[in-house]
Amino acid sequence: MGRYVARRLLLTIPVLLGASFLIFAMVYALPGDPIRALGGDRPLSPAVIAELRERFHLNDPLYVQYWEYVKGLFQGDLGTDFRGRPVLDTIERTLPVTVKLALVAIVFEAVIGLVAGVLAGIRRNSFFDNLVLVSTTLVVSIPILVLAFFAQLLFGLRLQWFPIAGTNEGLYSYLLPGLVLASGSLAYVARLTRTSLAENLRADYVRTARAKGLPNRTVIVRHTLRNSLIPVVTYIGADIGTLLGGAIVTETVFNLPGIGREVFNSIRSQEGAVVVGIVTLMVFFFIFFNLVVDVLYAVLDPRIRYD
Amino acid sequence: MTNLDLTKPTAELAAQGTPLLEVDDLRVEFRTRSGVVKAVNGVSYSLGAGETLAILGESGSGKSVSAQAIMGILETPPAVISGGGIWFQGRNVLEMSAEDQRRIRGPGISMIFQDALSSLNPVYSVGFQIGEMFRAHRGMSRKAARAKAVELMDRVRIPAAARRVDDYPHQFSGGMRQRVMIAMAIALDPRILIADEPTTALDVTVQAQVMDLLKDLQQETGMGLILITHDLGVVNEVADDVAVMYAGEIVERGTVDDVFSRPSHPYTDGLMSSVPQVEAKGGRLRPIVGQPPNLADIPSGCPFHPRCSHRRLGAEAAPGRECSTDVPPLRLVVPGREAACHYSEEVLGVRAP
Ligand SMILES: Nc1ncnc2c1ncn2[C@@H]1O[C@H](COP(=O)(O)OP(=O)(O)OP(=O)(O)O)[C@@H](O)[C@H]1O
Ligand code: SF4
Ligand SMILES: [Mg+2]
Repeated sequence: MGRYVARRLLLTIPVLLGASFLIFAMVYALPGDPIRALGGDRPLSPAVIAELRERFHLNDPLYVQYWEYVKGLFQGDLGTDFRGRPVLDTIERTLPVTVKLALVAIVFEAVIGLVAGVLAGIRRNSFFDNLVLVSTTLVVSIPILVLAFFAQLLFGLRLQWFPIAGTNEGLYSYLLPGLVLASGSLAYVARLTRTSLAENLRADYVRTARAKGLPNRTVIVRHTLRNSLIPVVTYIGADIGTLLGGAIVTETVFNLPGIGREVFNSIRSQEGAVVVGIVTLMVFFFIFFNLVVDVLYAVLDPRIRYD
Repeated sequence: MTNLDLTKPTAELAAQGTPLLEVDDLRVEFRTRSGVVKAVNGVSYSLGAGETLAILGESGSGKSVSAQAIMGILETPPAVISGGGIWFQGRNVLEMSAEDQRRIRGPGISMIFQDALSSLNPVYSVGFQIGEMFRAHRGMSRKAARAKAVELMDRVRIPAAARRVDDYPHQFSGGMRQRVMIAMAIALDPRILIADEPTTALDVTVQAQVMDLLKDLQQETGMGLILITHDLGVVNEVADDVAVMYAGEIVERGTVDDVFSRPSHPYTDGLMSSVPQVEAKGGRLRPIVGQPPNLADIPSGCPFHPRCSHRRLGAEAAPGRECSTDVPPLRLVVPGREAACHYSEEVLGVRAP
C-alpha cells in the first residue's frame, strides 16, 4: 500500500507539469493584449508597454515563456500578476474562501444526499422515493449557472433568507452558494445511495444476516448500509475535485472572493500566471483526492488490494 | 417474550420424541405485477430431533421458498404466506411477534445456503460474522464472541482457525467458506438446521467432506436436519426420509430406501430412472420430458398430468380420478408411504384397494 501511494504521488509530477503547460498554452492563445488592457481608460505609454512586455517575456515564444515559468516553479515561485502581486499571495488570500465553500457543499452533499438516498432505497416506490427521483432528475438536468442565478433571485432577492453575495455574514453567507455548488452531486449521491442500497438489500448476505436472527437494525445498518456506502463514499471523495470546477461559476455568481472567482477574473484579464497557478492547484487537488479515494476504497472493501 | 427455552442443549431433547418442527399445509405465493406465482401449495411435514429429511425436486419446485418461509426470511412483499402453519416446539411461529420469530432464528432453526461466497458479507472477517451470533443472541462482548468463533472454526475443521479467524471470506476456498457458513449456523446449537443445497457449488471431493461434517455434527448435537438437494447420492447416504416436491407440493414421501427402490409416484419414478445409479456420488437429477409447470398458471387436476406417462384422461379414468380435472390428494399408499397420485398402486405394482 505504501509503495502504491508513493508511486501514485510521483506520477502526479508529470501530470501537473503537463496540465500546467496546457493551461499555459491556452492562455497564450487567447486573443487580445493583457498589457494594453491594464491601463483601462488611460492608455499606457508605448515605453511602459514595451518594458512590461519585456519583463513578462510576452515577446518570447510559448516554450520560452513556459520554461521561465517552470524555472520559477522549482524555486517555489509561482510568478506575479501584471501588477506585481505574487500569485502565491493571491492563492493564500482566496483559497480559504473556496475551502470553506467546498466544505459546506460536501456536508450538504453527504448529509442530504445520503439521508434522501437511504430513505428512498429502504422504501422503494413510496411517495418519498418518487419525490427523490423526480427532484434529483430536475436538479441534474439544470445547468449550475441557471441554478445559481435562480437560487440567488428566489432565496436572496425575493425571500431574503440568505445574503445575495459576498462573505459578510460569515458561515451563513456560504450556505446558499454551498447548496447550489453541491446540488448536482447531492442529487447524484442520493441516486447512487438509493440504487446501491436497493441492490444490497437483495444480496445473499443480507438474507444470511436475517437467517442469523440479527435484529433488524443490525441487518440494515451493518449488513446493508455499510456495504452500500462504499461506492457513495468513494464518489464523494472523487467529487471534491469536480466541486472546485463548479466553484468557478458559484463564486462568480455569488461574488465570493475564492480561487474560482479569481480564476474567472484572471481569464478575462489574461493574467496568465494566476490562471496557470490556480488551475494547476485545482488539478493537483483533483489528483490528490482521487488518490485518497483509492486508498479509502481499499480500507472499506477488504477485497481491494494494491500490490 | 416466548416461553420457548432455547438454552438447553439440543442433545438433551432427543429422547423426548415429540416433533420439533411441524409444517402444516404451508402455502406461499408471490404477488407480482405479472400475476400470482404459487410457489408452495400445501406442504406438510414434521421433523424430530436427530432426524434427517431430504427434500428433492427439480428447479423451481418450491424447495427453497418453503425453507425460507420456515425461517421467516422471505421478502414480504412480494411473498405472502397465504395459508397453513409452522409449529416450532409446539408453538405456531406464524402467530408470533416479529421479535419472537427473530429469537428463534439461530438458536432454534438455522440455515445454510448454496453459495457461501455470496452468502457471507465480503466486508467483515469470518470470525466477526460467526461471532455475531453470540453477540446478537447471547449478548457477548466482541472479544468473547471472537474466541467462540475460533472454537467453532476448529469444530468445523478449518485448519489454523486461530490464525484465520480475522481473514475475509474471499480469502477462503469454496469448501472452507461453506464450513464457515456451517460454523455460523451451528453456533448456537440449533434444534434444526436447514441446509439448502449446501454442496451444489463445491467440487465432488469437497462435497463429500462437507456432508460428512454435517453428519458428524448432527450426531454430536442431535439436531434435526432438513437437507434440500438435487443429489440423489447424498440423499441416499445421509437422509432417513425423503419428500419429493413438484409444483410446490409434496408428491411423494417415505423412507429413502422405500422411495428410491420402489417409487409410487410417476414423477419420482421419472427422477429415479433418469439416474442410472442412485448410489453413485454426484448422481444428478436429469430432466424428465416436458416443461416444469408455470407456477403462475398451474395445470388443473394433477399438476404433473401434462408430463405424466401414467395419466388417464376422459373415459379411461376411473370415476373421480380423471388426471386433468381431479386433484390427487397426498394419501397413504402403503404403510409408511404417501403419494399424491390417483394411480400410485399401479406405479408401485400393488393391487388397487
Ligand atoms: N421473488 C420472487 N418473485 C416471484 N417468484 C418467485 C420469487 N422467488 C421465487 N419465486 C418463484 O418460486 C418458485 C420456487 O422457487 P424455489 O427457489 O423455491 O425453487 P427451488 O425448488 O429451490 O429450485 P432450485 O432447485 O432451483 O433451487 C420459482 O418457480 C420461482 O419462480
Ligand atoms: S394423478 Fe394421474 S397425472 Fe398425476 S401423477 Fe398420477 S397418474 Fe400421473
Ligand atoms: Mg433452491
